[in-house]
Amino acid sequence: MNKNNSSKITAAVLLILLFGLVIFLEQVIRPTDEWAMLLSCLRMGSVYALVAVSMNLLNGFTGLFSLGQAGFMLIGAYTYAIFSIPLDLKDSVYTFYDYSVKISFPEVLGNVFGGFGMITGVLVSIILAGIITAMAAFLIGLPVLRLRSDYLAIATLGFAEIIRAVFLWGRLGPVTNGSNPLRRFTRTSDFTMDVGNTTLTLGTTTIMIIAAACIFVIILLVNSSYGRVFKAIREDEIAAEAMGINLYKHKQLSFCISSFFTGVGGALLAIFMGTVMASNFMAAMTYEFLLIIVLGGIGSISGSVVGAMLFVFASQWWLRWLDSGIITLFGTRYILPNTIFRSGFRLVVFSVIIMCVVLFFRRGLMGDKELPYYWNKLKSRIMARKPKAGESNG
Amino acid sequence: MAENVLRLEDVTMQFGGVVAVNGFSMEVNKNEIVALIGPNGAGKTTAFNCITSVYEPTNGRILLNNEVIAENHPQGKMKDLYKGENKGKYTKVVKFTPDRITRRGIARTFQNIRLFKALTVFDNVMIAKHMRAKQNIFTATFRLNAKEEKRMQEETMVLLKEQNLDLYKDHIASSLPYGLQRRLEIARALATEPSLLLLDEPAAGMNPQETQELADFIKQIREQYRITILLIEHHMDLVMQISERVYVLDFGKLISSGTPDEVQNDQKVIDAYLGVVEDAED
Ligand SMILES: Nc1ncnc2c1ncn2[C@@H]1O[C@H](COP(=O)(O)OP(=O)(O)O)[C@@H](O)[C@H]1O
Ligand SMILES: [Mg+2]
Repeated sequence: MNKNNSSKITAAVLLILLFGLVIFLEQVIRPTDEWAMLLSCLRMGSVYALVAVSMNLLNGFTGLFSLGQAGFMLIGAYTYAIFSIPLDLKDSVYTFYDYSVKISFPEVLGNVFGGFGMITGVLVSIILAGIITAMAAFLIGLPVLRLRSDYLAIATLGFAEIIRAVFLWGRLGPVTNGSNPLRRFTRTSDFTMDVGNTTLTLGTTTIMIIAAACIFVIILLVNSSYGRVFKAIREDEIAAEAMGINLYKHKQLSFCISSFFTGVGGALLAIFMGTVMASNFMAAMTYEFLLIIVLGGIGSISGSVVGAMLFVFASQWWLRWLDSGIITLFGTRYILPNTIFRSGFRLVVFSVIIMCVVLFFRRGLMGDKELPYYWNKLKSRIMARKPKAGESNG
Repeated sequence: MAENVLRLEDVTMQFGGVVAVNGFSMEVNKNEIVALIGPNGAGKTTAFNCITSVYEPTNGRILLNNEVIAENHPQGKMKDLYKGENKGKYTKVVKFTPDRITRRGIARTFQNIRLFKALTVFDNVMIAKHMRAKQNIFTATFRLNAKEEKRMQEETMVLLKEQNLDLYKDHIASSLPYGLQRRLEIARALATEPSLLLLDEPAAGMNPQETQELADFIKQIREQYRITILLIEHHMDLVMQISERVYVLDFGKLISSGTPDEVQNDQKVIDAYLGVVEDAED
């Protein structure tokens, strides 16, 4: 018990330090700095981590294979955007349609309660995004989750393709703006706070905190009685049913909750992208998340987080020079031959790295274990080494 | 008169053209230990699967505590294909799912052990406790059910202690030796708080000493939990020692029933079954 509590406190302290560091970095790094990439990757990485963890809840913990992530994120992103564009800006966004959603939560609450109200309004829009996404999932699950598990992958993949077409459909223009992007809703740069006479920028921090809070809830869920039941369904459906577990009900729960958080991830994606367009949510996006959870370890939440961060940092930042052929090392700029260092080479190298990881870590970087497991293993290895050193001295 | 816990009436299970169970009727009374025996492929496991609603019988009726839990008659393609008995006797259709059967008080073990292999011994039993818990997903996630969760954990520990599994509580289920896996499966079934326990070849793969322990253990849980037990078994000495009544299936049909002595001396049983086993054991 005590040992458990102390490790919880350690984790909490580490998290607070991490967020303190992010807040600090966000104040000192200007958008034009080269290091602005760090903040951008942190934002994207946390959103990817959240979606990957939600996907893992379904694929890794419940054993249901869903490929609808892009579609669910699309619903979340659109819901957030539609309910967060201030009314006086709506005309400039819906240029070809008469907009039909005449409310903006961040604006309404912001007018009444100021900055705090704006944040609350954003949260309302985000939660709404999650709820609507979960409802879509519920409807898909209604027929499909009663069948064998394989059907879910096909149904969700199809759904993701259809939903994109639906959102681009002109008839729905008054709500979705048809094939035109949604813009000018509350986004990363709007999250500022006046303290005395300085203005704190908190966009990255806000996104990270929301993503972390959601991941924390998923961790609580996975370690609850329901989490155990999800794992039981993954292990053996027939035995689970013989233990009195209603398979359909629990699969539907897992599917809706996973989709809720995927929708929230979509909303966060909208916040940091600043524009939302249905045609960007392609199946390739879903495969990125699939790659992340396989890379991190199916059934490991911290694996998904680590996997998402590595994926985003490597693909967006660390490997950029492979495409541009320009690399800056210790202040010196090197220009590499553009025969191979040209657009697309980054993806080649990236694929090779991923193949190596899959070859050497058959079950992903972390298997189905969590970070504390590796931490304890490391600690006990260090402990074990000390007495040996003593022996050789004696 | 003895109180009926389970009653099968003319249960037939036909897979395509194969009639696995044919017009099988049996009764199990409260607090009895009843054995279902028969050579391999006789349809014993299929009968269990019908009782627990894993399969929907093709024809016939099953009652639990005088309530119909399964009833069917040949329908659709089966109308022409049907080769079993008592065609036209039943007209209603009653269907349950296995989880609802468990909720009503029938728990089972499987012939080829089905544990949650990658989970711990402790979690295997905890999962069986989920069904009877009052929590919902919100209270469970945000730990508002601490009292109930603690109670579930305590009851799980009691069950594991009784099975001498408490030392293995944090072990992964698939790492246990075979005999312990069987015991864990029984503990898990008991955790669903059944009134009727179905055991499918609980002594399979056990040596004589382990089998003897199992016999004592089955009698003990019957007293302790006041439950009724129906078991499928191949070890004749175990069957003769603990069961009050025996049903014998051969090629899906009931060929004999009665006390162990009566059955043992029935020529039909000797022909169909006992001879085979003795040959095999010699
Ligand atoms: N799902 C199924 N589909 C087709 N045939 C089956 C199925 N289950 C059982 N059978 C057949 O039913 C017969 C009885 O099998 P079973 O009940 O397992 O026998 P026992 O448990 O008495 O050894 C066997 O011939 C088997 O092949
Ligand atoms: Mg069998």
